[in-house]
Amino acid sequence: MPKRTDIHSILIIGSGPIVIGQACEFDYSGTQACRVLKEEGYRVILANSNPATIMTDPDFADRTYIEPLTPEIIEAIIEREKPDAVLPTMGGQTALNLAMALFEKGIIGVPGTPEMIGANAEAIATAEDRGKFKEAMIEIGMNVPASGIAHTVDESMEVIKEIGLPAIIRPAYILGGRGTGIAHDIEQFRHLATEGLAASPISEILIEKSIAGWKEYELEVMRDRADNCVIICSIENIDPMGVHTGDSITVAPAMTLSDVEYQQMRDAAFACIRRVGVETGGSNVQFAVNPDTGEQVIIEMNPRVSRSSALASKATGFPIAKIAARLAIGYTLDEIPNDITKATPASFEPSIDYVVTKIPRWAFEKLPGTSGILGTQMQSVGEAMSIGRTFTESFQKGLRSLEQGRLGFNSDAAEMQYRSFSDDELTNKLGIPTPERIFYVGEALRRGISPEEVYDACKIDPWFIDQFLMIIEERTAIAESGMAGMTRQRWKRAKRMGFSDGQLAYLWSITEPEVRAARLAVGVVPTYKTVDTCAAEFAADTPYHYSTYEDTDEVRLSTKPKVVILGSGPNRIGQGIEFDYCCVHASFALRDAGFETVMVNCNPETVSTDYDTSDRLYFEPLTREDVLNVIDAETAAGGGVAPKVIVSLGGQTPLKLSGQIPAELIAGTSPASIDLAEDREKWSELCEELQIPQPPGGTAVDLEGALQIVENVGFPVLVRPSYVLGGRGMQIVHDRNHLARAMAELAGFGSIGKEGGLSAERPVLIDRFLEDATEVDVDAIRDHTGEVLIGGVMEHVEEAGVHSGDSACAIPPQNLPAWVVEVIETYTRVIAAALDVKGLLNVQFAVSGTTVYVIEANPRASRTVPFVAKATGVPLAKVATRVMLGATLAELRVEGLLKPPVSGDHVSIKEAVLPFNRFPEVDTALGPEMRSTGEVMGIDTTFSRAFYKAQQAAGTTLPTTGTVFISLANGDKPAGLVLARQLRDLGFALIATSGTADYLARFGLPVDSVVGKISEGQGLSAVNLMASGELDLVINTPRGLGARSDGEKIRKSASANRVSSVTTVEAALAAVRAMSEQADRPMTVCSLQEYHAQV
Amino acid sequence: MTVREAALVLADGSVFEGEVIGADSPGGVASGEVVFHTVLAGYQEVITDPSYAGQIINFTAPHIGNYGVNATDFESRRPFCRGVVVRELARRRSNWRATADLDAMLINYGVPGIAGIDTRRLTRLLRDTGAMPGAFGTADEATLRAAAAVEPGTDGLDLVAQVTTPLAYTVGGRSHRTIVAYDFGIKNAILRGLAGLGQVHVVPASTTAAEVLAMKPDGVFLSNGPGDPAEVGYASDAIGELLGQVPIFGICLGQQLLARAIGAETFKLPFGHHGGNHPVRHESTGKIEITSQNHNFCVSPESLVGKATVTHMNLNDDTVEGFRVKGEAAFSVQYHPEAGPGPHDAQYLFAMFGAMMQDPKAWVEGRPIQVWLANPQPNAHRLPAPERGVA
Repeated sequence: MPKRTDIHSILIIGSGPIVIGQACEFDYSGTQACRVLKEEGYRVILANSNPATIMTDPDFADRTYIEPLTPEIIEAIIEREKPDAVLPTMGGQTALNLAMALFEKGIIGVPGTPEMIGANAEAIATAEDRGKFKEAMIEIGMNVPASGIAHTVDESMEVIKEIGLPAIIRPAYILGGRGTGIAHDIEQFRHLATEGLAASPISEILIEKSIAGWKEYELEVMRDRADNCVIICSIENIDPMGVHTGDSITVAPAMTLSDVEYQQMRDAAFACIRRVGVETGGSNVQFAVNPDTGEQVIIEMNPRVSRSSALASKATGFPIAKIAARLAIGYTLDEIPNDITKATPASFEPSIDYVVTKIPRWAFEKLPGTSGILGTQMQSVGEAMSIGRTFTESFQKGLRSLEQGRLGFNSDAAEMQYRSFSDDELTNKLGIPTPERIFYVGEALRRGISPEEVYDACKIDPWFIDQFLMIIEERTAIAESGMAGMTRQRWKRAKRMGFSDGQLAYLWSITEPEVRAARLAVGVVPTYKTVDTCAAEFAADTPYHYSTYEDTDEVRLSTKPKVVILGSGPNRIGQGIEFDYCCVHASFALRDAGFETVMVNCNPETVSTDYDTSDRLYFEPLTREDVLNVIDAETAAGGGVAPKVIVSLGGQTPLKLSGQIPAELIAGTSPASIDLAEDREKWSELCEELQIPQPPGGTAVDLEGALQIVENVGFPVLVRPSYVLGGRGMQIVHDRNHLARAMAELAGFGSIGKEGGLSAERPVLIDRFLEDATEVDVDAIRDHTGEVLIGGVMEHVEEAGVHSGDSACAIPPQNLPAWVVEVIETYTRVIAAALDVKGLLNVQFAVSGTTVYVIEANPRASRTVPFVAKATGVPLAKVATRVMLGATLAELRVEGLLKPPVSGDHVSIKEAVLPFNRFPEVDTALGPEMRSTGEVMGIDTTFSRAFYKAQQAAGTTLPTTGTVFISLANGDKPAGLVLARQLRDLGFALIATSGTADYLARFGLPVDSVVGKISEGQGLSAVNLMASGELDLVINTPRGLGARSDGEKIRKSASANRVSSVTTVEAALAAVRAMSEQADRPMTVCSLQEYHAQV
Repeated sequence: MTVREAALVLADGSVFEGEVIGADSPGGVASGEVVFHTVLAGYQEVITDPSYAGQIINFTAPHIGNYGVNATDFESRRPFCRGVVVRELARRRSNWRATADLDAMLINYGVPGIAGIDTRRLTRLLRDTGAMPGAFGTADEATLRAAAAVEPGTDGLDLVAQVTTPLAYTVGGRSHRTIVAYDFGIKNAILRGLAGLGQVHVVPASTTAAEVLAMKPDGVFLSNGPGDPAEVGYASDAIGELLGQVPIFGICLGQQLLARAIGAETFKLPFGHHGGNHPVRHESTGKIEITSQNHNFCVSPESLVGKATVTHMNLNDDTVEGFRVKGEAAFSVQYHPEAGPGPHDAQYLFAMFGAMMQDPKAWVEGRPIQVWLANPQPNAHRLPAPERGVA
């Protein structure tokens, strides 16, 4: 069937900010959808609040709305653009929920309104409503776990009587398993049921008989409108049922299913997608299998592209989202060619001749108070994928791809920490799913604990345990033989099992370069094979490679000038989609300029690892060994001509490798300059020489050194490790005891310690903390002629002390005097010249009184590059990349790539999105350690209106009426006067804690009600008010030290009860201003293309 | 497990290094025609499929043996292939259905194998040059090279005679119908499919048309099997005599023999179709079936003109996947609707055979498709669950 001609314009809804459970996989799918639909000639309208996405680049849609994703806003966009259809299946749960809300309001999916394509409302409801889904599955004869539905706690107690414990609680209409849990006793059950009901937007939970310990599988299904169905990929979870699939280590294809069982599952998946009624596109169906009887039950299905479909696309080379977009506009699978072979159609099922492993990455170290135990609720913030010819190779590559200081499956320095456990302790730990559990399995096997005992403790399938055992046995053999005992065959065997040079170096107590040299001397080098969807049955057109140790290599020769772009690895807090955006832009810009681009990355969620983003893709870990191997392979493919390498766009990951890559290959700013900026001593000297003020401070490797510095500069100080991103381990320290704690955390026992600890090369930086300062970020580009382009000057809303990644910021600056901006720009130019920057430079300043201090400078892409590009219309990453390869800014102006910034009268605000709703045990007060997972952008004609939008996009709905609760730290109380007065003027009722209320009353602003301290345990507290839904906004600022009392409880309670809350006084002032402006005039929407046209 | 080094040498001189698995081969040499198979699971069914007589099977899936083997997944009484080539053989199996390791099965049935091979390199080579004779084992390279050079492959050989049942036997019997199934190398999954339609008398390949007709069948089934259809002239002669006397359904080699019986031609594909993921279009509905395939020979579409209507096409390479004989109650497919291993998308074909036997006249008049259209979900038509001890 040909494509539909009865629709001309399509609205795609994106997934908004990166949050746990919904990451850049939806940028990947949405970008593919935008491209395909534009290619097919449709007018594409896009709504997404996340500026760091590729999909929101103005080239990818005809109209791009960076606006809050709320039903009202989407309605306004529909009103304005009048699309013929809405595609809600590309933007994760966010888009599906929005589509359902709009459908219920009669805005889409009913006659006379835009049609829902991809999945209709009935199908979404059937898949998403857990009760309906179960009913539907039972109706078609599928096995499902025994279960019941409840809407209240009382109903839940009735249901559990029927089903029995242990039971799993799953809220309806949620993403990433939020509010889900397993209850083993009745107390726990009551607690989880209450939480689950709160997490569900429709207050509905499914209570299900627990089948923890069963094997878990997923199938990725596609269906077209002629009812052709195919399975793209089967995925087997190593972690059995009980751990959310997003938190499980998973493997593709399924490893321990016979064909008879697999085909039974395949039939069930087709029956499921047909019954649910997904007419076109991709869905994900999850199954559990009883390991003893083979009984299969269906767990759930997602009627849309998902994290798993992104993984399946990368794992097989079959681009699910791209094909799903084509199916949505009416094509059938057989009408679409297979992109990779070009010669065969998409109506087939990929066969793969390698093993793919996905391993999640968590951020518990940034979230003190969390248990670190995995469960049915997703907690990971990113993932790495690896490809090897065998499971052992793939698995070990995956572990080193995580970049958490691990070189593979143990056999590294970090394994020593397990030696102190007794066998009993170790066996107990095997039973508790944690990020570390897999390494405990390795340690247990190393000690000779039997595979059967290991299985009994963790229920990981015995086949996998045997694979782990093979690695451990090989390790023993390698260690025993020593490097001298290694024949060529033995080298190959070790490498084929995924051992890294680093692990071998550890086992032999020599250095990694020595291992590499010895290995190269015997000629054991990786071969690169191709991901081709068909196990080599047909010739592949697309160079999508992975390394392995086999006989022959498939890298094609090419003499075009090549550039290797090193990506940013798995998403983590502090290093996420923004860096992928920069890498992708680099690739696009260089492709346009005639270079052959080579991407190296291991994050399956991203656009950078889409096989058609770059000319060549290497799906590889970003370690010294793997990157040097790629450079060698590309040098060979280039007939001996080495490629240039870009290290400055993927965040700290590639930057850390810059010293290990031949300096002459590095494009742009030299490794020496990068080091100059990172090396605290040299950097301080440079600033002194340039006469640019910086907060006084120094570096220390131990407590003694730290105390010495403090003696000179005085408390409070800012303590931070070097070579980290996102403020890892950063703290504001007010006294000696606190300093001792901070140094201990950094020195060895804490997570930084695990990542390598402190050393002369990696000391702790200690600076005087500037109180009450305004923080400013600058992104700039300098070319080799010395011209500097100031990309953007961003004024932070929160004052210094809140990590820049967690604070809101504005372009253009709103409160800085013009002369300060000029000083900042001048300093930036001077620093750029002094560091001999060729490419991007990010400088952070703190303005205190009339002094502009420089905090740090980084000659690399920053997190704000995409935001600046969207705000100003200048494609900073593209321009910088060209500059790194030798172009001048003047040339790029002539070429048309570099246009003057948009000087229209709009204000752009970036706001951070924090993961606290998933971690109720964590204090939501902001600090110097970054904890946000993503960001949103608000654009409007004034600061207040833009701020309002940014808050709304970030999920903090600022109320227009109701009750506001205020509780302020002493230093913030004067500002409280302004807040209280303005809120009163807007007609809000005010409630405050006694201290704040007294203060306000003294200045003639009595509040309506005063609540007692929670710690006093009497009377009505703020926590009670929130639980009963009486508060609409909470303004609570932390009281510096010792605030772990009422304030923390209030903030946690606000987060748990989903009451909007603001935790800094600056943000509160901005919010109240925004609320008052909003009251005058309701929100309007405008596309990025229109803003950018206002030059 | 001690590693015993071995090598695989192809007729073109390519050498692959690996290690011994499975049974020992006489003199450390096993030879045959090397083909590759792209199924991800289903190795036991593939290895025990008689169609691989004379062939060495190179599995593209790198891990083979993970879920062991069991009594139910045998496709025939024993393996007939000459050997298996894998990247990695599981040393420990894990599956509730398993009763033994694959390695034990290979040893038990005398099937030699080689592991540790760069199977992707081998596959790419076979893809580019076509299926090729080869030899592997622990013998020295010169011996293997010589063995590969004299290995005839499967061209010009009657391999059917090696695999067909020596004696007739009967399975099934749930309905009153009588089906005669020619065993050219028949798979158990097919027998299960046929058993759902009637009592099945399985007869040796050399059974004459007269002998078949004497059994008064409601339908005749032509099975899959190994090798070149041109070498099984006696079978196509018999089929020619049966045409018009009794409804006929053929699968794989059965399709090729039916084609030759009506005067059409067959030819050898460069590297054949061996996998579980081939898209086939059902011409009358446009629907796509994902199919299990295993054949080296194919029916020439030009030679069918005027004699038969092509009903199914392979979308990968536009080869004929199914046809219906003009004016006769006879149809066939090149692929494997019985699965074993592979998808169940085409199991409706057994129902179609049933309908044809029910009313051959309606069939000849061109109403076969309604049977299928009446059942819009092809996967919903499920075969009875595998049972032990069939065949």
